[in-house]
Amino acid sequence: MSDTRGQILGAIRKSLRREAPSPQMQAEIQARLADPPRGPVPARGQLEPRARLELFVAMAKEAACTIVRVADVATVPSAVADYLARENLPAKLRVAPDPAVADLPWSTRPLLEVSTGRSDGSDEVSLTPALAGIAETGTLMLTSGPERPTTLNFLPETHIVMLTAEQVVGGMEEAWDRLRERYGRGVMPRTVNLVTGPSRSADIEQTLQMGAHGPRRLHIILVDGEATAEP
Amino acid sequence: MQHASSRRFKENARRALDDAQLQRALGHVKKNFVERRAAAAARLPEFEALRDRARDIKNHVLENLDVYLERFEAKVVANGGQVHWCADAEAARQTILRICRSVNAKLVTRGKTMIGEEIALNDFLEANAITPIETDLGEYIIQLRHEPPSHLIAPAIHVNKEQVAETFRAAHTDLDPKRPLTEPPALLAEARAKLRSRFLAADVGITGANFLVAETGSSIIVTNEGNGDLTQTLPKIHIVLASLEKVVPTLEDAATILRVLARSATGQEMSVYTTVSTGPRRADDLDGPEQYHVVLLDNGRSRMLGSEFREALRCIRCGACLNHCPIYHAVGGHAYGWVYSGPIGAVLTPSLIGVEEAGHLPNASTFCGRCESVCPMRIPLPKMMRHWREREFERHLSPPAARWALRLWAFAAKRPALYRLGASIAARLLKLRGGQSGRIASLPLAGGWTAHRDMPAPEGRSFQQLWAERSRP
Repeated sequence: MSDTRGQILGAIRKSLRREAPSPQMQAEIQARLADPPRGPVPARGQLEPRARLELFVAMAKEAACTIVRVADVATVPSAVADYLARENLPAKLRVAPDPAVADLPWSTRPLLEVSTGRSDGSDEVSLTPALAGIAETGTLMLTSGPERPTTLNFLPETHIVMLTAEQVVGGMEEAWDRLRERYGRGVMPRTVNLVTGPSRSADIEQTLQMGAHGPRRLHIILVDGEATAEP
Repeated sequence: MQHASSRRFKENARRALDDAQLQRALGHVKKNFVERRAAAAARLPEFEALRDRARDIKNHVLENLDVYLERFEAKVVANGGQVHWCADAEAARQTILRICRSVNAKLVTRGKTMIGEEIALNDFLEANAITPIETDLGEYIIQLRHEPPSHLIAPAIHVNKEQVAETFRAAHTDLDPKRPLTEPPALLAEARAKLRSRFLAADVGITGANFLVAETGSSIIVTNEGNGDLTQTLPKIHIVLASLEKVVPTLEDAATILRVLARSATGQEMSVYTTVSTGPRRADDLDGPEQYHVVLLDNGRSRMLGSEFREALRCIRCGACLNHCPIYHAVGGHAYGWVYSGPIGAVLTPSLIGVEEAGHLPNASTFCGRCESVCPMRIPLPKMMRHWREREFERHLSPPAARWALRLWAFAAKRPALYRLGASIAARLLKLRGGQSGRIASLPLAGGWTAHRDMPAPEGRSFQQLWAERSRP
């Protein structure tokens, strides 16, 4: 068993008609891994900040997200309460233990029942913070950690994500940069979720239906200092 | 390995052509997938440049596959995971069984993996008293129906909603038999509810991988349903089942290929969930698996690397070649008789189970070239099918009549005067045979064609004669 590895690597080298890689090859690959070259980044992933933000909103809506824009984080509890009321959802919320969302002024909306922690599948609504938003495709980047359990992103039927305008980047590569800034180069949290809209399936007669196994609704609260009243 | 019926391709195809229900279902492929991919490609001006880059990345990986696999393994281990190298299907199955038994697993949830089909994992687990549950909606449906997938990304595309309802009624006997199940939303809701309890109860979750990232030791899966995420987040153990060629160098390289993957597959800008998993849960994490295993399967790939079929190892299983293939449109996936169907199946299947078993598949092509023109990884599929035909000929596997006809043709083709003479005589005779209708209903040696349709008769002059007349001043 233990030598299966050697046999497979040997078979690969035989097919490549060469011996084990030379130190020079190893060094070249090390260099490529240490400083990853980028492929073509679509022009739409390289817009200036305001246009980038507008593109993010448009693409996220196209992916069937709903978005509300608020001026500052202090108004997020109100935005959550209003959304739940509008959608006829219970005023009960499971929030990631991350201070970015757990420490919001929830007392401003006393009728909201807020608890923190992971989800065991019984929660109807969750709120988690994003690490980045990718304008190119309207994608959210969510990372796991003691303060951001992954179950909150998948088990509740309604998932609310808080994102700030300065977290919105152009293309996927910039989101990887943010990830590396946050965790260090080559260091990863257990899970990085790139989420583009709510769960769906077209497996029955190619008919698109929302809410397959993950959330049926994905609602983004975009904190944008320059935002004015919605919608 | 999964049992193959590829030797019976012709019978399989005939049955598929007579199956009215299947033919209706295949209509969805022809229209939806093709239009959506075209719209997505047209919307992204950089699409062709991204295809070039994606091809180059995978070529670079294949050229250095040993190095990248060693790097990947080192990073997985550094993150607290394990890599299990498996030479063949049996080794992979035994490895998975050993891991499952280490925690006395009874219930295993499965994210969609073609490799799982390749090694016939579900049957094996069941035989060992472990219940595997497919969680992708399409895979769940065909698991209940005891059928193999008929499409790379839409495994139940051959099934209609009435059949799904029938299947659910037969399987979910605890529910009210009189419940309405006529429309897709009711079917989806039932599957969601049924599978939710399984997700929460499973001991082990097995997913595939769209990519393995050498830079970080991560596996990446791409889904629309979120089933893969529940599969790999909730149980104690996450097993990733992936073949060697899934490795890419960096997250940047994955980004490039992701940009062509969803667009080529479903026409989406991006699939709903792209998830990067690295190692087991961290010390203070509130959820996630306690163990992370990567079962790394060779099963013929290291040999393919040294053959003229190396480029097929660039495949990212998007299904675009199936979606654009007139043969697939006509007969669907099951006719191919093994795990992989369509043009990529016609190239991979003989590589993985032998040309003796699957020699018919590379012949099931019109060589129209649409597959290559839409392949995001620019795999020269028609050229490879031609290679297989050559091998079949060399190994005397093709039928004697075809071999003699080809020899005769080759003899003439090397002698231009004889060829011209033969072609002009044949054209004239065929015109006579066509008579007034211009159609030939039966022809000696061409019964395979005329049994099913008339052959249009030529005009009476050969192409070369027409060309010569045109070129005359």
